[in-house]
Amino acid sequence: MSIVPQSHGRFGPYGGRYVSETLMPALEELADAWEHFSFDPTFRAELDRLLREYVGRPTPLTEAARLAEHVAKTQGRRLRVFLKREDLCHTGSHKLNNCVGQILLAQRLGKQRIIAETGAGQHGVATATVAALFGLPCEIYMGAVDVERQSLNVFRMHLLGAKVHPVKDGTATLKDAMNEAMRDWVTNVGTTHYVLGTVAGPHPYPTMVGELQSVIGREARAQIQAATGRLPDACLACVGGGSNAMGLFRGFIDDPGVRLYGVEAAGEGIDTKHHAATLGKGRPGVLHGARSYVLCDDDGQIDEAHSISAGLDYPGVGPEHSYLRDSGRAQYLSATDQEALAACRLLARCEGIIPALESAHAVAGLPRVAEQLSDGASVIINISGRGDKDMGTIAKHFGAEVSS
Amino acid sequence: MTNTPGRPFPSRIAGAFARARAQGRKTLVLYLTGCDPDFDTSRRLLLAAAQAGADVLELGVPWSDPSADGPAIQAAMRRALAAGGGMAKALDLCRTVRAANPEIPVVLFGYANPIFVRGTAKFAAQAKQAGADGVLCVDWPPDEDPELAQTLAQHALDLVPLIAPTSTPERVKAIAAVAGGFLYYVSLTGITGSQLPNLDETSARVRQVRELSGGRLPVAVGFGIATPADARAVAGFADGVVVGSAAVRVIERAVAAGRDPVPALEAFVSDLRAAMG
Ligand SMILES: Cc1ncc(COP(=O)(O)O)c(C=O)c1O
Repeated sequence: MSIVPQSHGRFGPYGGRYVSETLMPALEELADAWEHFSFDPTFRAELDRLLREYVGRPTPLTEAARLAEHVAKTQGRRLRVFLKREDLCHTGSHKLNNCVGQILLAQRLGKQRIIAETGAGQHGVATATVAALFGLPCEIYMGAVDVERQSLNVFRMHLLGAKVHPVKDGTATLKDAMNEAMRDWVTNVGTTHYVLGTVAGPHPYPTMVGELQSVIGREARAQIQAATGRLPDACLACVGGGSNAMGLFRGFIDDPGVRLYGVEAAGEGIDTKHHAATLGKGRPGVLHGARSYVLCDDDGQIDEAHSISAGLDYPGVGPEHSYLRDSGRAQYLSATDQEALAACRLLARCEGIIPALESAHAVAGLPRVAEQLSDGASVIINISGRGDKDMGTIAKHFGAEVSS
Repeated sequence: MTNTPGRPFPSRIAGAFARARAQGRKTLVLYLTGCDPDFDTSRRLLLAAAQAGADVLELGVPWSDPSADGPAIQAAMRRALAAGGGMAKALDLCRTVRAANPEIPVVLFGYANPIFVRGTAKFAAQAKQAGADGVLCVDWPPDEDPELAQTLAQHALDLVPLIAPTSTPERVKAIAAVAGGFLYYVSLTGITGSQLPNLDETSARVRQVRELSGGRLPVAVGFGIATPADARAVAGFADGVVVGSAAVRVIERAVAAGRDPVPALEAFVSDLRAAMG
């Protein structure tokens, strides 16, 4: 039995369905369909086949010996560090795990059109990819700021046949893209499935996306047991909306000996106004259909988030993480833009793996986690995606230093 | 205790619908975003709308993330937020409108987060104290989480709910059971400010909503009603007509042209009123 209560999509006081009435019946239909098909053997078999043959699962668990050596040198702590390689999924991130499942469900529901929001563009690319695979028209909403800083992913979506709508409203980032996707869905709810990309949003999305991503944790659990003969001491993942973290955590949540750490984006520092540390600095509120922690002012106006990584640049977070935070089952740290950039370079140089800037936040959390562990402990870091999409941003920051 | 017509407190909203009915006409509900384009102009606009023939005012509470609203109201909210608008100012605005007009029913119309962050009990007490009569919270379905409905009832405030074309009969019944004031039937599956759909279907749905709710509350129709002709057509079958985006656009145009928006809005509301008979 999971320690996380999930009746009616509630995680303690968090979650639920806070949406306009027009969407309520569609969410009920979706929750019923998910309940039904997630146990349906034919559906499961098709999902497993796609995960294997199309996504490329299982993804490896790679031991990072030189990274562990670096920790030993700098902190005097001897750890075994393992990387869960979601960067090796087709399309370059964990996002495809969720999209494959949701598109199968959309097909069962007879939906003829697919929409999604995207921040870094990874979820947009993953959605456009499965839409192409299933021959469905696809439209992606993306903040105009993100269109700029993740332009490579915009080209990929175009090539895959998706239409990309730049969203200029509000802060022109992920939260505004979600608002616009919800507006589209309200208008076209009869024909359209909204592939929400993380464990946020109204019920059943947090539960459904968490279950679809739980393949990460299931694999990692078996893989680390095969490698070390036991469970890990800690798991570490970055948290934007929280789907790659939830996917990894699900594999270990009932094992109290496994510490769970989420790393949020501290941007320019959590004591500045420019960060995205929703669990670290936010308060309970309602955003995008669920009760959860949000970054907002005393009047309830949502704050602008900031992170160098578009996928973490979000003033909300999935409700299950809010519950895990309050219950103490998981701890949430944060890493600044600079720490993430340094961690990105560190992983590149130690292991020959260039992580996405999102995932680099998880790597940046390692020193603080190491402090809380003893010699001989093992840690899994979720490398949620690869860094190719971030080369423009990284080049701008490292510039000459890298080319020299 | 839910807020039913037999309840022990008088409702200005019920009174406005009853008065219109007695006069053989339909109720005009006017939505304006509070503090658009600024606090004082907004106060004058709300009072002028009441004077020109609006029977009920919906005072929109500006929010940073209005995901159920179309471009017109999104832009209004952006102007209002830039002018310092928000929940605190919307409550102030309600108070000043109430001080100047003791009769006009006011519904605070907004999103969940500003209510939630304030705390529902504190919000309800402040709304009541500011002279509001009801609350419409777009993204807080009453059956999903009864806290808001219960708290409003304790403070003798009407919970005005949205009912959509997609609402199942069971949902209509459940929602109507905790509603007060009137039922707001959304004419279309979409956001505010969209095109008005085929009215035959809307009229049939309004009839169905009345049956399912046992005729306990009047049914007003909104979303997409842009012109006096639209208002007249909808008044043919609904108890009330809600106009929002079109009124907001009248204000936007006047402000963009550097004019005081009050006369333009007054004229628009009088035209709506006249068309509805
Ligand atoms: C590679 C990668 N990791 C992490 C995230 C953050 O999302 P989540 O917290 O849902 O895993 C994103 C989002 O775009 C991403 O692209």
